[in-house]
Amino acid sequence: MQDVLEKPTPKVADVKVDKNKGKVKKVLIICSKGKLEDVYAALVMANGALMEGIQAKLFFTFFGLEAITKKHADHLHTATVGNPAFMPGMPTVVAGLPGFEAFASYMMKKEMDKLDIPHVTEFIQMIDAGGGEIYACKLAADMFHLKKEDFLEEVKDIITVGDMYALAEGEGTQIIFI
Amino acid sequence: METLTYNGTQIEVNAEGYLKDMNQWTPELAREMASQENIELTDKHFEVLNWLRAKQKEGTPLSIRKVGNSGLVDIKQFYQLFPGGPLKISSKLAGIPKPASCI
Repeated sequence: MQDVLEKPTPKVADVKVDKNKGKVKKVLIICSKGKLEDVYAALVMANGALMEGIQAKLFFTFFGLEAITKKHADHLHTATVGNPAFMPGMPTVVAGLPGFEAFASYMMKKEMDKLDIPHVTEFIQMIDAGGGEIYACKLAADMFHLKKEDFLEEVKDIITVGDMYALAEGEGTQIIFI
Repeated sequence: METLTYNGTQIEVNAEGYLKDMNQWTPELAREMASQENIELTDKHFEVLNWLRAKQKEGTPLSIRKVGNSGLVDIKQFYQLFPGGPLKISSKLAGIPKPASCI
C-alpha cells in the first residue's frame, strides 16, 4: 500500500495518445423524452455522428416516441412550466396560460429556422439518408397503442430492449441516454 | 506548418490536411488528394466540389443540408460519393476550410 502511494503516476500530458486506438465507432442514442429540445439533442448528435463517419442508431422510447409519429413529429413543444432555464423570472402562472407553450415553441422553431436547422421529419430523413437507423421501443409503443403505421416511414422497426442492446454490439460503441 | 508537394509545387495545408489557400487548388490536386481517401473522382464528384468552392467564395456557411438542397445530389448520394464523413472529406478535396457546421 505504502509503495503505491509513494509512486507518482506519470502526467497524462507526457503520454502520446494514439488517436486510432480509442476512436468512437458507433453511437446508440436513446431518446426517452418528447420535448423539442431533448428530441433535437438526440437528432443533432445522431446526424453529427454520421457526418464524422461514426455509425448512429436511434432508439425512441416513452414520450420520445412522439418525435417519430406521423401525427406529432413536427409539432413538438418545449415546456414553459417546470423549466427554470426557460425565460428566468417568468412567473409559472403566466407561463402556464393557455397558448403560452405553443407560442414559445413557435418562437423557438422560428429561431431554429434562422440557423437552418431542419424540422424533425426532415432531420429524420437526413439521418436515414446518411445510413443512420431509427427504432421505436416495443414496450412504450404497446403502452401508447402505437403501431408501425403510426410511425414515420424511416422508422425501421419496433424492437425490444434486448434488440436495442444488440444494436450497440461491437468495440468502440457509446450509449447516450436522453 | 505542413506542406503537400504536388507537381513540384509546395501547397500549404493545416494539421488536418485542409488547404490554407483555396486558390492553390487544381482538379488534378483534388484527384491526388482523393486517392489518399480511396475515392476516385468522377464528374459528379467535381460538380459537388465546384459547387462547394463557389459557395465558399460567396461566404455561405456550408452544411450537409445545403448540399442536399443544391439540386446536384441528394443527401444519400452525397454520403455515397464521399463515404465516412461527406462534408468534411468533400471540403478537403475542394480545397476549402473544414466547415464549422453541426448540421
